Amino acid sequence: MSRRDAVPMLSVSNIESYYGPIIAIRGISLEVPRQQIVAVLGANGAGKTTLLKTISGIMEPEKGAVMLEGQAIGGDDPAAIVRKGVAHVPEGREIFPLLSVRDNLRLGAYTRAVADGIAKDMAMVFGYFPILKERAGQMAGTLSGGQQQMLAIGRGMMARPRIMLLDEPSLGLSPLAVKEIFAVIRRLNVEQGVTMMLVEQNARAALELADYGYVLELGRVVMEGSSSRLLSSPDIQEFYLGVKEGGQRGQRRWKRRKTWR
Amino acid sequence: MATRIGTLASAWLAAYGGASDLESLQLLVSGLANGCVYGLIALGFVLIYKATEALNFAQGDMMMLGAFVTLGLTNDHYWALPFWASVPIALLLMGAFGYVLEVTILRRMSGQSQIAVVVLTVALGFIIRFLAGAIWGHEPQSLESPIAGVNVRFAGLVLGLDEVAVILVTIVLTGLLYLGFARTRLGLAMQATSQNQLAAYYMGIPVKRVSALIWCLSGIVATAAGILLASKGSIDPNSGFLGIKAFAAAVIGGLGSLPGALLGGLVIGVIEPFAARHVAAGFSQVVPYAVLLLVLIIRPSGILSQVRDKKV
Repeated sequence: MSRRDAVPMLSVSNIESYYGPIIAIRGISLEVPRQQIVAVLGANGAGKTTLLKTISGIMEPEKGAVMLEGQAIGGDDPAAIVRKGVAHVPEGREIFPLLSVRDNLRLGAYTRAVADGIAKDMAMVFGYFPILKERAGQMAGTLSGGQQQMLAIGRGMMARPRIMLLDEPSLGLSPLAVKEIFAVIRRLNVEQGVTMMLVEQNARAALELADYGYVLELGRVVMEGSSSRLLSSPDIQEFYLGVKEGGQRGQRRWKRRKTWR
Repeated sequence: MATRIGTLASAWLAAYGGASDLESLQLLVSGLANGCVYGLIALGFVLIYKATEALNFAQGDMMMLGAFVTLGLTNDHYWALPFWASVPIALLLMGAFGYVLEVTILRRMSGQSQIAVVVLTVALGFIIRFLAGAIWGHEPQSLESPIAGVNVRFAGLVLGLDEVAVILVTIVLTGLLYLGFARTRLGLAMQATSQNQLAAYYMGIPVKRVSALIWCLSGIVATAAGILLASKGSIDPNSGFLGIKAFAAAVIGGLGSLPGALLGGLVIGVIEPFAARHVAAGFSQVVPYAVLLLVLIIRPSGILSQVRDKKV
């Protein structure tokens, strides 16, 4: 796969982000090629969510550049970035609990000035998530966790995004629901041509879905590669997939630990 | 809600029925009219609290200022503009005042503790009171409005046109607000911002502008309340303290519920005249707050609160 040829959908170079005086991202560079699914893996506090927030303009990058199809968007306000085609599906779903499912979806299309096509897009979302159609009039806070995640993704689709930033869509869901959600993410990628950037702790599920993966640790990219390469990498297997080796495990582990540093 | 008021009314009538039927009904109407004013001020509290999680203790003073602006425009003693021209101008001016207040002062407070915002708005209230006193004087004045001092006879009742107008305007205003919130794109965005500010940012909703518009809206609603109050009686710079009663109303109704704010206002408004009639003087003023205490004990989140457990 030739990754560096065309202008990527999204490229981030050397960005740094801070929470007050505390640095959360220390110079991350990565690329998300058009129409691909790229996974970003890492433990708690690795900077995954901060990375997405920096891309979608909720946080401002202190240094570095964020480019959407070659156009700089770093430091723009969130509304402008949504309008340019970046939909952020946040961690913990963050739906509007007291509004109906339909109104939640409508708000996803907020930045689209004209109402044309909104009904069509809602039908498209209902096509992918039939349960949302059944519950269209219901308050979103009464949905189950899996349904709320579907709503969050559907709401993101209503912005007609070119790229969707998915922050831990598997968080707190049953394995069955995770499977269902990931299948739809794949279909949206293939059928609607939406590029996906997927942040996950569930490394195996994410890598099975993605084309390419990055591993973050303490605000840096420590490893990257095609999904198949990452899946077979011993470091990833041990630290993220929980594959245990027999024999002198303790010894090996000590030696292997953090070979990327 | 209409049925609630209905049952409330019939309960009062049952308790004080017989010969004093008519009198009770008249007390009820004037209580409802007062309650509507409280309710409108409370509506302003709730609007701002829902959208920005700030408690605006200057809400009563904004009401007072709105009344004085209208008075300054229309009274013969001042600019002597026609009443029906002064009202939209005053609403517009006060809407702009609310907007500018948010943009220049309140916005700087984002990220500060809620208490800091409360203290700030209390201070704003003092400043507004002082300004109004400096411009229009400290004497009580009445608004020269066409609805003041006219009586209408209705089914044997003698009602002040002002009282009827207050009730009608409140119903219309509440209806408009309800429709605006439920049906328009901006209204939906305001609801979204109040329910989940972070997610509103993710949707590309201009959250800051929405907050400013909320302050604008609450300035307009406060002015409507002020105009109604000032044509019903008189107004002076200290009328802003009515805001405390309105705050109690908002709490009774469940801080965060628009219909609740109105209901809370009506409860307090109706209780007052009956308490004044049937409870010994000196104690009667305490009754609304006793009710507040009772509501807080029985239903701490208010009558119509939207209580929910946050799902993670």
